[in-house]
Amino acid sequence: MAVGRLLRVIIAMCTGNPGPPRISASPNTWLQRSRWSALAALGLCALLTSCREGVLDPHGPIGRSERIILTDATAIMLAVVIPVIVLTLAFAWWYRAGNRRARYQAELQYSGRIELITWSIPALVIVFLGGIAWIGSHDLDPPKPLTSDHPPVEIDVVSLDWRWLFIYPDQGIATVNELTVPAGVPIHFRLTSTSVMNSFFIPELGSQIYTMPGMTTQLNLQADDAGTYEGLSAQFSGPGFSDMHFTLVATASPTFARWIEATRARGGVLDEAAYTALSRPTPAGAPLSFARVDPELFETVSSGKLVTQWSPEEAR
Amino acid sequence: MLGRLSLAAIPFDQPIVMVTCGTVGAVLVTVMALVTFKGWWPYLWREWITSVDHKRIGVMYMILALVMLVRGFSDAIMMRSQQALAAGHAAGYLPPEHFDQIFSAHGTIMIFFVAMPFVIGLMNFALPLQLGVRDVAFPMLNSVSFWLTAAGVLLVNLSLFVGEFARTGWLAYPPLSELAYSPGVGVDYYLWSLQISGLGTLLSGINLTTTILKLRAPGMGYMRMPVFCWTALASNLLIVAAFPVLTATFGMLLLDRYCGFHFFTNDLGGNPMMYINLIWIWGHPEVYILILPCFGVFSEVVATFSGKPLFGYRSMVLATMAICVLSFMVWLHHFFTMGASAGVNGFFGIMSMVIAVPTGVKVFNWLFTLYGGRVRFTVPIYWTLGFIVTFVIGGMTGVLQAIPPADFVLHNSLFLIAHFHNVIIGGVVFGVMAGYNYWFPKAFGFKLNEPLGKAVFWCWFVGFYLAFMPLYALGLMGATRRMQHYPNVHWQPLMVVAFCGAVVIFCGIALTVVQLAVSIRRRDRHRDLTGDPWDGRTLEWSMPSPPPAWNFTHLPRVEQPDAFWAAKQAAKSSQVPERPGYSGPIHMPRNTPIGIFIAFFAFILGFALIWRIDWLAVIGLVGALAVALRQFWQTGREVEIPAEEVAAFERPTMREAA
Amino acid sequence: MSAAGEVLEFGAGVPLSEQGPAPTRVVAGFGFWLFLLSDIILFSALFAAYAVLSGASADGPTAAELFDKKHVFLETLCLLASSVTCGFGALAVVRSDSRALYLWMIATLVLGAAFLRLEASEFARMVAAGAGPSHSAFLSAFFALVGTHGLHVTLGLAWLVIMLLQAATLGFQPMVARRFFCFALFWHALDIVWIGVFTIVYLGAH
Repeated sequence: MAVGRLLRVIIAMCTGNPGPPRISASPNTWLQRSRWSALAALGLCALLTSCREGVLDPHGPIGRSERIILTDATAIMLAVVIPVIVLTLAFAWWYRAGNRRARYQAELQYSGRIELITWSIPALVIVFLGGIAWIGSHDLDPPKPLTSDHPPVEIDVVSLDWRWLFIYPDQGIATVNELTVPAGVPIHFRLTSTSVMNSFFIPELGSQIYTMPGMTTQLNLQADDAGTYEGLSAQFSGPGFSDMHFTLVATASPTFARWIEATRARGGVLDEAAYTALSRPTPAGAPLSFARVDPELFETVSSGKLVTQWSPEEAR
Repeated sequence: MLGRLSLAAIPFDQPIVMVTCGTVGAVLVTVMALVTFKGWWPYLWREWITSVDHKRIGVMYMILALVMLVRGFSDAIMMRSQQALAAGHAAGYLPPEHFDQIFSAHGTIMIFFVAMPFVIGLMNFALPLQLGVRDVAFPMLNSVSFWLTAAGVLLVNLSLFVGEFARTGWLAYPPLSELAYSPGVGVDYYLWSLQISGLGTLLSGINLTTTILKLRAPGMGYMRMPVFCWTALASNLLIVAAFPVLTATFGMLLLDRYCGFHFFTNDLGGNPMMYINLIWIWGHPEVYILILPCFGVFSEVVATFSGKPLFGYRSMVLATMAICVLSFMVWLHHFFTMGASAGVNGFFGIMSMVIAVPTGVKVFNWLFTLYGGRVRFTVPIYWTLGFIVTFVIGGMTGVLQAIPPADFVLHNSLFLIAHFHNVIIGGVVFGVMAGYNYWFPKAFGFKLNEPLGKAVFWCWFVGFYLAFMPLYALGLMGATRRMQHYPNVHWQPLMVVAFCGAVVIFCGIALTVVQLAVSIRRRDRHRDLTGDPWDGRTLEWSMPSPPPAWNFTHLPRVEQPDAFWAAKQAAKSSQVPERPGYSGPIHMPRNTPIGIFIAFFAFILGFALIWRIDWLAVIGLVGALAVALRQFWQTGREVEIPAEEVAAFERPTMREAA
Repeated sequence: MSAAGEVLEFGAGVPLSEQGPAPTRVVAGFGFWLFLLSDIILFSALFAAYAVLSGASADGPTAAELFDKKHVFLETLCLLASSVTCGFGALAVVRSDSRALYLWMIATLVLGAAFLRLEASEFARMVAAGAGPSHSAFLSAFFALVGTHGLHVTLGLAWLVIMLLQAATLGFQPMVARRFFCFALFWHALDIVWIGVFTIVYLGAH
């Protein structure tokens, strides 16, 4: 009842009619009210949809920690934001010029007590969130190894134009656009780029990191649950950027070992010549694999010695 | 002979562009013909094009920005419609080489040629009036600044019809923007148009800072200035401090592209990460350059329409200057994911949050200005209330992304896009619209139509939420920015809703034009006869609407903040001491065509450099220098306004309050 | 902008900030100071780029190999001396002494031109030895920083010639005197930037 009245008051105020709140559901108020509920419903729908995939549906420890930070920080801030929004509308409505019941305080322009509160509330929230930021930056620093009983799987990543190359230095194999890893085992990535900047991102596993030519960045992730996870580039890199999708398949450890054997059986050699052909600007195609990889290849690429050039036609 | 320019530069094979070209050409020809037949050229030349009057220049900035809003927004609606269509295997109607130019142009135009001119236009118009002086510090330079911005606008729009625009995003990160990966003229169009207009902006920053610090009415000490003047001061200090970094950084990229240097290339030691650092050292202050004057507008509007002084003047000033200084200490939050160490990321994350504290203080101070007031629900107050509600949400999502691990999953996603549109639309656009409706009667002598003004507000407000709330959700679902197409078909409904929001905003823009047309038609009904249509508090309302060219016949003596309000209260309560009507002539700076001439040659120079036409570049450079030199020898630079003309305008409005 | 005959008077103890609009000389000087500050920030960005890229010689010549400290010392002497002569020239403007003005300012011109000649020869020597700006990031940063300073000096000398012509044609009216004052500020600022260049680029090379 009180909520309904408050809603009517807010709606009447928004229609620019500062008269007494209308009690009957005239068409004008109904239209305004249905517009507000439509918006609210939309917001709720959007929020609920986004819970079933992506960043709010993590499948690894990094992503889970990050989701906790997202939800906790949002909740803390909403505790300030929602009252501010309500107070704004409430003050504007109550102190409207037509309301003779409101006390007009023409000279109120300073109050030490209010100043203390208005500086303290944001400051306290920021101190708290700042602590989360500092601790979180260190705990979730991308190069920081994950604690686990299992030794990490090493994967070297090269962002091509416009595909992803994954080299497994310990297993001596490589794949394009699809990588398979054992579930529940940490993955240590070293990343570089062949030409322009990209960003390696698997939303359901957590953090992204830029890939840059002539440099190496590092990332540690883990997929706890077996499944297929979508990956993409999150830094615009040219005409084929929208096709830079890849998949990460997390399987049980025995399945992973079998997959390595199967990849070796398929053949294909990734040496410098093959790499140069691979790194020509190409829109995404079917996933590829290589049974043998030149062990020096990633070092050569990441030190900027095999940078890909584009012809003017390829740059379009 | 013509460098790289040839007929092949005109995109005859792109129907959308050719139709746009035809339409724009037809509109331009029609307007020119109309002006010629009506004989308006002498008037336009004398009163507007060569004007050095800050009020005229302010209006011209606003018109420029409004026209470019249409261009930038048509880019937006093309992007939204493409993304609403291109789900799953659908390719949409914009191939990547076209789409990539559109999103780059959209960002560039909206920041540099819509938001900046809007904000600079408002500051130009209002500052001298609020400060109680006759014009800005350097009126001729003011005209040069405006026309240089217009030259940048011309170059950017020309890229649509002759050549192409950059396909790198609005900040043109290398290595993608280097010659190796962007060999065409697009990035050159981007760089030269921004270097030219950037010079204009820097000169404006110097001009307005000097005005605020050295030209104020007698008695107006720093703590008696209106809060809008404080926020304008902070914004212009930021312009002076930040724009040289932009000039230097773009200069380095130009040296790479034109002279084979290696600042940011992939080979011979270039460092693309350095570009990203430098460009954001400019980029973050830039967004505060945009928002601070809008905070000032809201402060003025809230105080005026609540009928009481702004709450907490001192802490508002402190908060403003704190934001000014802090804005230089947060730039790394734009690239947490580039691999800096945890300590560095954490430091910048904390600094980015610290800047939210003075902003929060400002919001509370506005709230407590409403508290205890008598709030009149005019169109500017609508924009203000819409701003507070919308901006705190945008601020929240900003502080959220200031936590580095949160940013690791949100960087470059549609969540980021939703955040910055949230604060730019909710803050800058709403602020500009509030200022536009608030100061329009002062500029033109009649008010804007109120019901249409409210309709414009609702279209923007509802349209914004419809367009960008789905993007928050999509960002959380893993959608990144700048996608020409995407595989997840179930994202499409949200994209369609976003497109509908864009359509609603379009209605708002269309209604703005309608509001202007209707208000002009019905101007006699909404005349502002007193010069004080809102029962204002600051000095601009003590003048007739529109004010005479010299603003104040007799510079007001200021004894406290809200000087005009104080004078009105004094007039009500006691006899106003009779001030002798001023009877002498006034000297004002003479109009000059130097602004448009220098800009014309700057445009020629820019075009010639883009297309590598050496002889034309020499003409542009020599022409600009010749014009400047000619002006350097001008001694008769003032015009005397005769005493009779001054006396005819002398209307003691402050006395009339009695 | 002023109202003819309007004189603003203030009692004792009124702070400067409340004394109304400042006179044109002060306003022009202040605006020029702001411009100089913005120019110094432009140089700061170039210094920052140099600091980041100074080690990126890409297997080419390094700073220690390239710089001739004696040559640079001579350049520095010329520039600093030109600042001294410029100072005396500015004093001549205050006194409206045209003979002294031409004497000192032409000395400034000569010394400034000598600086540019020495710098140009250094650049030419480096380019001929295969150490031009397109050979490494370090060299790009060097040429951009030192070259931008040299460009400012060139523009300053051109401005000085124009100012001497103005003094000859228009005399010592307030507008001309203001501009000489601004020129002197500009010239001294370039000196300060050069000291930065000298210290960070040349002395810092190892």
